[in-house]
Amino acid sequence: MAKAASTTRRRKAKVDPELTKKYFRDMLLIRRFEEKAGQIYGMGLIGGFCHLYIGQEAVVVGMQSTINDDDAVITSYRDHGHMLACDMDPKGVMAELTGREGGYSKGKGGSMHMFSKEKNFYGGHGIVGACVPLGTGLAFSQKYQDNGQVTLCYMGDGTVNQGQVYESFNMAELWDLPVVYVIENNEYAMGTSVKRASSQPELYRRGESFNVPGEQVDGMDVFAVAEAGRKAVEWARSGKGPYILEMKTYRYRGHSMSDPAKYRSKEEVNKKRAESDPIERVREKLLNEKIYTEEELKEIDREVKSIVAEAVEFAQESPEPHPDELMTDITA
Amino acid sequence: MPTEILMPALSPTMTEGKLARWLVKEGDEVASGDVLAEIETDKATMEVEAVDEGVIGKILIDGDTDNVAVNTPIALLLEEGEDASAVDNYSGGEAAAPAAEAEAEAEAEAEESPASGGSNAVMPVAANAKGYDASQEIPAGTEMKSTSVREALRDAMAEEMRGDERVFIMGEEVAEYQGAYKVTQGLLDEFGPRRVIDTPITEHGFAGVGVGAAFHGLRPIVEFMTFNFAMQAIDQIVNSAAKTRYMSGGQMASPMVFRGPNGAASRVGAQHSQCFAAWYGHVPGLIVVAPHTAADAKGLLKSAIRDDNPVIFLENEILYGHSFDVPVMDDFTIPLGKAKVARSGDDVTIVSFGMGMTYALGAAEKLAEDGISAEVIDLRTIRPLDMDTVLASVRKTNRCVTVEEGWPQHGVGAELSAQIMEKAFDYLDAPVIRVAGKDVPMPYAANLEKLALPSVQEVVEASKLVTYRK
Ligand SMILES: Cc1ncc(C[n+]2csc(CCOP(=O)(O)OP(=O)(O)O)c2C)c(N)n1
Ligand SMILES: [Mg+2]
Repeated sequence: MAKAASTTRRRKAKVDPELTKKYFRDMLLIRRFEEKAGQIYGMGLIGGFCHLYIGQEAVVVGMQSTINDDDAVITSYRDHGHMLACDMDPKGVMAELTGREGGYSKGKGGSMHMFSKEKNFYGGHGIVGACVPLGTGLAFSQKYQDNGQVTLCYMGDGTVNQGQVYESFNMAELWDLPVVYVIENNEYAMGTSVKRASSQPELYRRGESFNVPGEQVDGMDVFAVAEAGRKAVEWARSGKGPYILEMKTYRYRGHSMSDPAKYRSKEEVNKKRAESDPIERVREKLLNEKIYTEEELKEIDREVKSIVAEAVEFAQESPEPHPDELMTDITA
Repeated sequence: MPTEILMPALSPTMTEGKLARWLVKEGDEVASGDVLAEIETDKATMEVEAVDEGVIGKILIDGDTDNVAVNTPIALLLEEGEDASAVDNYSGGEAAAPAAEAEAEAEAEAEESPASGGSNAVMPVAANAKGYDASQEIPAGTEMKSTSVREALRDAMAEEMRGDERVFIMGEEVAEYQGAYKVTQGLLDEFGPRRVIDTPITEHGFAGVGVGAAFHGLRPIVEFMTFNFAMQAIDQIVNSAAKTRYMSGGQMASPMVFRGPNGAASRVGAQHSQCFAAWYGHVPGLIVVAPHTAADAKGLLKSAIRDDNPVIFLENEILYGHSFDVPVMDDFTIPLGKAKVARSGDDVTIVSFGMGMTYALGAAEKLAEDGISAEVIDLRTIRPLDMDTVLASVRKTNRCVTVEEGWPQHGVGAELSAQIMEKAFDYLDAPVIRVAGKDVPMPYAANLEKLALPSVQEVVEASKLVTYRK
């Protein structure tokens, strides 16, 4: 999944067929990957926590299409989609989920803690809020080196109540750091809805007192995400400082695999799925605009499924890390 | 009486400096704020301002004098209406000792004072202190009920909340979700949202709110979803909760409980699998509790809620589901700071706490098969450590193995080992051996995670080593 060149300029009204195809395929890969991860978790192949990204695909796919390969990305523990969208190898991601030698962290990190220096993906962080100062630090280095790069720093709606988020906003604005904060507002932090946790539930306004501009975006619409993302990234890249994008999105699955999800109704979930599924929206567009036929769409689905099947096979066959790995990578 | 003007300190570490020059002379009238003199050290120059108004009666130390000790009188100030003859009656002038003399005095004093580091230097200590007898905690014949640790903790909180209106609980997902690990199940229904409070994800903030509420008379129970997340809040726990009684000279304190699961769960990786017993055990002002059984969990949590100190209550996610007999009693409490002999034996003492007890007891079982009789001590409280009970056992077995899931360096086992060495050196027939988590962040891979944690086998091997059966 290569990131679209950031030179791609699209006017809102017109559908760019190539880009649309890419969005569709990239989102579908995440969806199928996550469905499979959920399935093999149930088979005991994945342990501990496993936070699926199903429903939120448009956010990361849209945003990643607005940056260059050498820009930096960081997020929390709900990170599988981000890694795939950073063009990381599905095999290596899946093998990390199963805790095998072939995983991105040699099996030592797990679902929540994965990194790729090569793809400029800086994790994968299990502690809510931690990635926000870290992402701000990536941008600090970019500005320090004056290399024209930007950082996309993703966080959840629950995360924005951590104090370190505001310490970061302040510094980023004070020092004009090239960082775009992407708040993935999927309406819940575990079992707590936004309005039960946030005195200001319009999360894009959370930067106001630091003079960080913010904007709310339909995060179920990959085109809207990309449009807003492009502007925000340009803002940050041009030296104007940080930008906040609040992506209104939704997670279909439980918080992690063990969440009974009693805090919301089945109807609520089904309604969201039926009315605003990000992949269905693009599928319709592809058909309506006659960019793809039904058969071609099915073909893409088959292709994506086989990539995921290969990843699972790899993740099962890759051996457990050698016992000697226990004591490596601790200090330099 | 003329007022002495003293040589000031420019910084907390300054002991002496140069009185560079006077900007006033004897007989000058000065008002507060007037610059009197200039002082130099190797780091800075500062002006000495008058604090009171009056007339410079006498300059005791001339300008351009080196090594003037801090607090040496450098001039005398006459108050309004006082005449110059007052200066002649001043007798302190001769005491204006140059720094060199003052230092010599200080050294002499230091030599006379008793050796520092008092208690550690005494040996041997408590050669016959008796161990605590936990068998009296539950009266004979009491009805017992099998209860999970999870339920026991909930029951303890519910009982204390019924009895004391000041007690409330707050934390992430404690109310509507019924607790991330279901420990607070049912509390919202019984006590309502005033006393069972869902917080945003703001550990540092709500821990501080809890401490403030405790200062002001409430008895908060602050739940951390896990203690890994309490690292966000550790400043409030250590700097505010633990130290305030001391810093306020005993006026103010934070009687409260910080509780939640501690240590490794299963396959949740490095950032979610850490034991904090040694971290908090290090801090004066805190009580640190880490129960193993459901009865201990209940009795200790009730005592913790009633205690007038901040108590760190370390639970364990895996133990939540384990069931043990709990006495059916109206008000069952267990004193803080007392260990328990969980299994008696004669050949080796195995000391552990919390989840570590599963390895300790498992090993004792295995050792018995090989004819080695292990005494297993459950510390229950990490701070204060019940050394009397540990030492009583070590004096009997002459050998000791400590077991914990946390890291070895500066761990609970390290502290036990040091104290046993200091206080029962002559009783030891073998070095104390620590069985601990490996000195690495917790790996995710199943095989590596197993290797990183202690095991029954490791405890058995350590016990055989100290009993020379290997
Ligand atoms: C400091 C800290 N506190 C609590 C947790 C437990 N926890 C993990 S995810 C989560 C909810 C986060 O919600 P949100 O930011 O909305 O992200 P989402 O899961 O919806 O992607 C919580 C409370 C944690 N990992 N770190
Ligand atoms: Mg959320």
